Amino acid sequence: MTERMRHGASIGQPLTRRDGPAKVTGAARYSADFHPGGMLHAVMAVSAIARGRVTHLDVAAAKAHPGVVDVMSPENAPALAKSPDEKDNPFAFRLDLLQNGNVRYANQPIAVVIAETLEAATEGAALLNPRYEAETPSVELGGETIFTPDSVGAGSPTQEGSGDIEAGFASAGTRMEATYETAAQYHNALEPHTSVAQWDGDRLTLHTPTQALWIAKGRLAGLFGIPQENIHIVSHYLGGGFGSKGFISSPQILGIMAAKLVGRPVKLVTRREQMFGSVGHRAATRQTLKLGAKADGTLTALDHHTLTLTSRHDDFVEACGLIARHLYASEAIATTHAVSRADIGTPIFMRAPGEASGSVAVESALDELALQLDMDPLELRLKNYAEVEPITHRPFSSKALRECYAQGAERFGWSKRPRQPRQMRDENGLRVGWGMGTATYPAGMMQGEARATIRADGTALVETAAQDMGQGAWTVLAQIAADGIGLDGDRVELRIGDSDLPNGGLAGGSTGTATSGSAVHAATQGALAALEDLAVNDRASPLYGAGNAGTVAEGGRLARRDDPTRSESFSDILARAGKDSVEAKGTGAGDPASRKTYAMHAHGAVYAEVKVDPDLGQIRVTRLVGAFAAGRIVNPRLVRSQYYGGMIWGVSLALHEHAVLDTRSGRVMNPNLAEYHVPVNADVPSLEAILVEEHDPHVNPLGIKGVGEIGITGTAGAIANAVWHATGTRVRDFPITLDKLLG
Amino acid sequence: MSFPETGFPITLTVNGVSRSLVLEDARVTLLDALRERLDLTGSKKGCDRGQCGACTVLLDGVRINACLALAVSHDGASITTIEGLADGDVLHPVQAAFVDHDGYQCGFCTPGQIMSAVGLIREGQAGDDPERVREGMSGNLCRCGAYAGITEAVLAAHAAMNAPDVLPGGNLSEDAA
Repeated sequence: MTERMRHGASIGQPLTRRDGPAKVTGAARYSADFHPGGMLHAVMAVSAIARGRVTHLDVAAAKAHPGVVDVMSPENAPALAKSPDEKDNPFAFRLDLLQNGNVRYANQPIAVVIAETLEAATEGAALLNPRYEAETPSVELGGETIFTPDSVGAGSPTQEGSGDIEAGFASAGTRMEATYETAAQYHNALEPHTSVAQWDGDRLTLHTPTQALWIAKGRLAGLFGIPQENIHIVSHYLGGGFGSKGFISSPQILGIMAAKLVGRPVKLVTRREQMFGSVGHRAATRQTLKLGAKADGTLTALDHHTLTLTSRHDDFVEACGLIARHLYASEAIATTHAVSRADIGTPIFMRAPGEASGSVAVESALDELALQLDMDPLELRLKNYAEVEPITHRPFSSKALRECYAQGAERFGWSKRPRQPRQMRDENGLRVGWGMGTATYPAGMMQGEARATIRADGTALVETAAQDMGQGAWTVLAQIAADGIGLDGDRVELRIGDSDLPNGGLAGGSTGTATSGSAVHAATQGALAALEDLAVNDRASPLYGAGNAGTVAEGGRLARRDDPTRSESFSDILARAGKDSVEAKGTGAGDPASRKTYAMHAHGAVYAEVKVDPDLGQIRVTRLVGAFAAGRIVNPRLVRSQYYGGMIWGVSLALHEHAVLDTRSGRVMNPNLAEYHVPVNADVPSLEAILVEEHDPHVNPLGIKGVGEIGITGTAGAIANAVWHATGTRVRDFPITLDKLLG
Repeated sequence: MSFPETGFPITLTVNGVSRSLVLEDARVTLLDALRERLDLTGSKKGCDRGQCGACTVLLDGVRINACLALAVSHDGASITTIEGLADGDVLHPVQAAFVDHDGYQCGFCTPGQIMSAVGLIREGQAGDDPERVREGMSGNLCRCGAYAGITEAVLAAHAAMNAPDVLPGGNLSEDAA
């Protein structure tokens, strides 16, 4: 089926996915698709209360069920080398591994039933019939003492600003203040958190989905007290992560413990309703925006305060304030965060963590300010265009946001938008509204490594423990490798998704391609240098003595830079040297000096059209146009898909997702995909993503910024603003549902 | 404790091949029979309650959620799964269209999307109308948000399979088509 692959000079080509044939034929094996011989099935029992402790489990009843092999509870769970509550770094989130009988949130794992079949394990878990000593839980935002966290998000300062915010408000001709709320959201990757674990003495083979193989390996080595090299994690395909598989979760580790307990391979798959608890979520927020502006729209003050929730037992704070630190120029800026504790699972990074929730509030507030100023919302944003990064005053490494605004507006037809709301209807009498928002996401990098091998048969092997969770690493890393090494893509073998390979960093934070791609590029350059070294020192080679002029690689040959007619194939160079291959390792990481000098962000502009039924309040997004600038685009086909996916998450944040908590029991009341709404195909309108050209010489040698998260930002606010434009009703409580329009 | 001696023998024709198995438990779903007993793991379990569509297969030519079907209820049935769609190395037109239109990202929902699309095209309900394709594909969630590509792929496959001068490739025998 390889005929469907297209070839050519690779970077920038809209190649179809290398993993496409495997994915469309069912041949791609995800973690739960592995069945080692003698494998047992494990099913978790989870807590029905949100706070207290388990006083009794009917282990005898479960064990009496045909097919049940064992029940793992705090009584008999294998001892761990390190406490799951020990926090040796801020991102070692506390785990629930049956270390005691305490319950700290609803749906917390409290036991695991292991059986010959899935049906027996499932029934066994039901038969445990737990009894509890329940305490009254608290799950409301601001329901307990509000405090200032030490840091927010991935270690950002809690408070940051510039200028005199009071003076900014004092000098403002126009002021607005509004409070916006966003709901708790759960990642709900379609693939549940899964482990297929097999122990051989103190060696572990593990099929589990993880966005960061080496981070997972390190955590497991600590917990089980074994060397990292004893752990082999295989994760060739990952069925959606969105942050929930960034750090290995309690259910995945319980599967490993179960395998240890029974001495046989075990498969544990988290049930959908169990994913509303121990595998992270995006916490609810209440954000207050205060804006001050002169009559011409110039911002004099931008004050963004966030109140959010974290768990009682750990710290993760949704960093909504980051957006306002990077996006708009203002004479004064203040961004602050506060948090209260609750009896909930610990929140965690979720696609555009901080930025998604922050953006919808900031973009809504700017729209409200534009109305007060009687300005076009796009004009207001252009008026406050940040030529340098606000607060730090660093120049941007690149910023084609003006082009994004212009190209998106042109394509959408923004200039025809009436200033006032409730001006447009379609042929069926539905109210039509247009709104816009600015998109932004940092162009971060982690550190990663890759190994490149050029082989005597004229092929190359490139290896890195990077992860493809749908963004396209299988394809784009091969494209980067092919160009780096001067070979057609079909002569490059790529190995990823395996913890025995060099550390590939994290598929997350929109850093994956920039990091592992840079590592792959560096490794290919190293391997070519080794090859060149062989040729230029070999009297029999046409490249002999070309050391000073240097060589270039193309089409599987090295040629003199100053005389391309003098060249030799990779195979011939290696054959004469009597070598099977040459190899090199490369590192991808941000350059500290340029990251200190420059602010690095991707940008975009999103324009939305919605239609609202005037009688029923039903909202449909009918058109979305996004224009994004994110440096060099490795594969436009796959990048467009990333933007679309992000924009659909923006639709979802604005109109759909809402985990409803029962404040008495502390339980999520809609822990399933029928009642926890995510967009279906019919919810998704005509989408357009414009790839705006942007050249960035500073961000990394390949000029790549991330594209996985930016699509959410801007979009959710654009939709909220379009709903206001259609109806004249400003809803500040997300998701916007029809009851809020009719009420 | 061990299972009782007696079981539930059933025979399914899966992708054209007769498969007999004895289920030790009447609660085995069709999805778990395929995945855990027959090692046909292309069909995926996303929710186990008919809400996500990742387990969609054709049962006697009609698309169903295999997680909501008990295997013992379908003794003698003919099942087509994602593994049975291509003809050797030649992809079914719907599979080929998903590759060409990037109708996937992580790929976990993809087998269900494709089987649902094959079913939808067979039903003849949606034709070349994008709105009806979106509605007809709305029982299959894609959390990555590949819906634009999925809709394009279904429309393109529909056109390819209905082109009068082109013989559709892939396994379009009575079972699958």
